[in-house]
Amino acid sequence: MSQNFRLNTGGLINRDKPIEFKFNGKKYIGYEGDTLASALLANGIHLIGRSFKYHRPRGFFGAGVDEPNAKMQVEINGCSEPNINATEIELVDGLSASSQNCWPSVNFDIGAINNFLNRFFPAGFYYKTFMWPKSFWYRVYEPFIRKAAGLGIASLEKDKERYEHKYEYCDLLVTGSGPAGLASAYAAAKNGAKIILAEDKPRYGGTLLTDDVTIDNLSGKDWSEKIISELKEMPNVIVKNRSQVFGYYDHNMMVMFERTGDHLEKKPKYTPRQRLWYIRAKEVLLSTGSIERPIVFGNNDTPGVFLSAAAKEYMKVYGVLIGKKPIIFTNNDSGYETAIEFKKNGVNPIVLDTREDQNSELINEAKDLDIKIKFSYAVIVAHGYKKVKSATIGKLDKDKIDFENTEQIDCDSICVSGFWTPTVHLASQSGNKLKFNDSIDAFVPDKSKQNEHSLGAANGTFTLQDTLKNSFNTGSEVSKSITKKDEKIQIPNTNERKYSAHDKFWCSPLPKGKNYKRFVDFQNDVAVSDIEVALREGYRSIEHVKRYTTLGMATDQGRTSNLNGLQLVANVEKKIVPQVGHTTFRPPFTPVTIGTIVGREIGKEYMPTRKTPMHHWHEKNNAVWVDAGAWKRPRYYKRGNENLFEASKREAKNVRDHVGICDVTTLGKIDIKGPDSAEFLNRVYTNAWLKLPVGKARYGVMLREDGIVMDDGTTTRISENHYHMTTTTAQAANVLSHLEYYLQIVWPELNVNVVSTTEQWAGAAIAGPKSRDLLAKLFPKIDVSNEALPFMGYIEGDLFGVKARIFRISFSGELAYEINVESDFGLFMWEKIIEIGEEFNIQPYGTEALSTLRIEMGHVAGPELDGRTIPYDVSLEGLVSKKKDFIGKRSLVKEAFNKADRQKIVGLVPLDRKSSIPEGSHLVENKNAKLPNPKLGHVSSSCWSVENNNPFSLAILKDGKNMIGKKLFAVSPLKNTSIEVEVMSSHYVDHEGKRVRS
Amino acid sequence: MLNIKCPYCGDRSQKEFAYGGDGTITRPKLNQEISDEEWDNFVYLRKSPRGKHIELWHHIAGCRQWFKVERDTTTHEIFRTFKPEE
Ligand SMILES: [Zn+2]
Repeated sequence: MSQNFRLNTGGLINRDKPIEFKFNGKKYIGYEGDTLASALLANGIHLIGRSFKYHRPRGFFGAGVDEPNAKMQVEINGCSEPNINATEIELVDGLSASSQNCWPSVNFDIGAINNFLNRFFPAGFYYKTFMWPKSFWYRVYEPFIRKAAGLGIASLEKDKERYEHKYEYCDLLVTGSGPAGLASAYAAAKNGAKIILAEDKPRYGGTLLTDDVTIDNLSGKDWSEKIISELKEMPNVIVKNRSQVFGYYDHNMMVMFERTGDHLEKKPKYTPRQRLWYIRAKEVLLSTGSIERPIVFGNNDTPGVFLSAAAKEYMKVYGVLIGKKPIIFTNNDSGYETAIEFKKNGVNPIVLDTREDQNSELINEAKDLDIKIKFSYAVIVAHGYKKVKSATIGKLDKDKIDFENTEQIDCDSICVSGFWTPTVHLASQSGNKLKFNDSIDAFVPDKSKQNEHSLGAANGTFTLQDTLKNSFNTGSEVSKSITKKDEKIQIPNTNERKYSAHDKFWCSPLPKGKNYKRFVDFQNDVAVSDIEVALREGYRSIEHVKRYTTLGMATDQGRTSNLNGLQLVANVEKKIVPQVGHTTFRPPFTPVTIGTIVGREIGKEYMPTRKTPMHHWHEKNNAVWVDAGAWKRPRYYKRGNENLFEASKREAKNVRDHVGICDVTTLGKIDIKGPDSAEFLNRVYTNAWLKLPVGKARYGVMLREDGIVMDDGTTTRISENHYHMTTTTAQAANVLSHLEYYLQIVWPELNVNVVSTTEQWAGAAIAGPKSRDLLAKLFPKIDVSNEALPFMGYIEGDLFGVKARIFRISFSGELAYEINVESDFGLFMWEKIIEIGEEFNIQPYGTEALSTLRIEMGHVAGPELDGRTIPYDVSLEGLVSKKKDFIGKRSLVKEAFNKADRQKIVGLVPLDRKSSIPEGSHLVENKNAKLPNPKLGHVSSSCWSVENNNPFSLAILKDGKNMIGKKLFAVSPLKNTSIEVEVMSSHYVDHEGKRVRS
Repeated sequence: MLNIKCPYCGDRSQKEFAYGGDGTITRPKLNQEISDEEWDNFVYLRKSPRGKHIELWHHIAGCRQWFKVERDTTTHEIFRTFKPEE
């Protein structure tokens, strides 16, 4: 069987380029320009999947985004992607697709048993069946639902493709390149507006490609090509095909999904597969067209049932017949266009028109062509399981609620047309409350909330002449108000056939005693009876009916089912559709791949990587990295076969014994200038700052207004009105915002400016008993004695020609200094220190050794300042001034903060002096107590004390002040450990702080 | 994503800004005698109005200025943006 349903001529496909592809493992041939759907139909393939709930055989129904059934699992470049609409994927060499939701095969599907058990699968089935017992949820029900409810299968492979994001700004975004889109874009472009014209399909023109019309004596297709080529030449216009605007967000932010790679046989390197566009448009023109409405009848989901416009599109665009013996079932003139197209291609259709015999240009043309027409007729039920074989049709009685007579006729396809539904999804997303238009039985946009206009069929205008006139005018008016230009455009002459009035008939009645399934929503398998059940059970709000029955949900978003569902609810409730209202239209309008939403922000590109000027030195010296926010910091420098524990112990010990060097560039640095700087610091920090002399540093703690410690660090007075503040690496950004808030909003009268200088200064800490000797060699011209440069002293020096700032501050508890130079000289400084420090046994140390040093000294850091501790808790109450006011002070008088047994930081040592205590362990009195075992505190930081050669931890413990000497258990259910510990002072080493001052 | 007009820089995308909460809160003066209740109101209690709301935004990826925005919390419509002293 090779392309037996391909017409010999016609269509916009490239017959010179056959393309081989696979479907369910079998090879087929199509042409360049085909979609997967048109190529399969050319090969006579209709059965392409099983339905969601009942596993009924399903075939193609539409030709584009309207398609509810043809969701495929598609293999692309070794990746498997589910739920791709076969009507939207372009045929490329090597494409391989398979059916979903069927096992073991689409032809023999075990799940189809559901269809025969369908009385057990009524509306709300999931809610009713899986209520109890509770314990069945995760063991029985959930796995079953997951298996039964799945559409395709998500790939477990890493996506190797490239996706990109793009930001654009324009005056006008035009969504859709049908007549309305082309006319409005053209008029606006002529006025010089910056325009983006987006078309979802590969071909521009929309209905102009399939409708039998002329514009200025050109065919619709030729006219659209002429306009597009003119637009492409204009520098103020971006024209994009394969691009679906799928979301309308606040302040005219539109999001568009562009398929850039999948249609290419060989994708050039670095060409993304798909691209996400964020477009901020001053005005949006919605020319999204309309989607044909089905008419509901028995077994209307049988493969071979199509929308009539889709059947026409397959003939006119792809040269494919969807059947050779079609019934056209219509309530309006559109069906006749399809019938005429069949006839022109040598196929004899039969038209069933629900209306009484009448005349119109189209009907008369069909009559002249000898097309068989039965007026006042409807399809009652389609016969055939995997493909339509025949249909029972009937003559409608006067009220169209029953049939006067019925007959069965042979057919291989049924094309339905129930009139047109404007595609109002984007308008609705914009906040536009829709209104019901009686003359077309559908919702159309009403007043705009944002700057948007709907044009053409999307606005319920179904004639070409009116569409062009309104669109040229709107494009012109809207752009004129932006560009102030007014280029007059001649509205072209059109030639189209006039329609007669459509019939409101939307659902074939059931003959007495018959119980055919009549589907409203194919994708979600919602039949008329399901909605009736929901209403009988008392669901009234359309939003509830939607959720209970799943009508209009999932990828389809009710594109073909929405109005018929509303019509049904209205009929049962004896209301009219506008009283029922409509459900909310949500983005995305069509499915978007997760890859596109993620874009390039994946893996190491998830956020920028910050590197210090000494990064490459660390790299060369076997640094093992740790992430500190966006920064990369050396965790330790690996020597030989050392592990983390061995290396960090060696590095920390070397600091205690000799001297070590640590890259502290990542610490937040804030430059503070202005005559009120001292007063400002005095308000920000808990301790006193007014009397800090020039050339001195001071340690400070800042609180939030609720009394919780926000951050700590040292601030140095560089000159009279100039301070240098340091923050922790983690809080740098927050502290800057905090300072700016108080300066700009709370105390604008203070004359102070703050600016981040984190990246301007490179920092190296040198720590250990030999650090002064080293410093003296680095700065031979400076007196670095304890008297000249005491603890918390500051001095400026010349480091071999480079201006350096020297701070005598210590985080390790050892005699230590921090040297800052401008970032460009960071590496120079580092290498000089290493070179000169060699004679003092200098070694670089990473964050792990840094932590060890500060923990055994009892210095608090991030794990203790965790947003839950006040100064008392971390033994910083000595830094809280009683005399002055500061941010957060008023909160410290709270009763809970002053309880006698308030939590406090303590030290912990395991009784066995061997077992390391996992951070996060809970402290309990009795490890065997009945659950819930009262928690007394938690372990915040743990290290191996190099000074005492045993494990040591810091903990925040209830009534910590009075717990010294007590024995507790540190239990970690995560690590399955329970360690008996002794509580002691948090200062395990040098608790008098002699070393830093010596 | 909102489009916010920084009073110093002009129209920018929301991505450049950080939200700063209620813009009508006044911090009590330093050293001011104040009841527990008043202080707690200042620290913790915020209204969550439906409709027009004056709020603070911080142009963190721009000029680093804090400013005020009058916005409708239901529609996200922004009526005006202004410098804190205005
Ligand atoms: Zn700004």
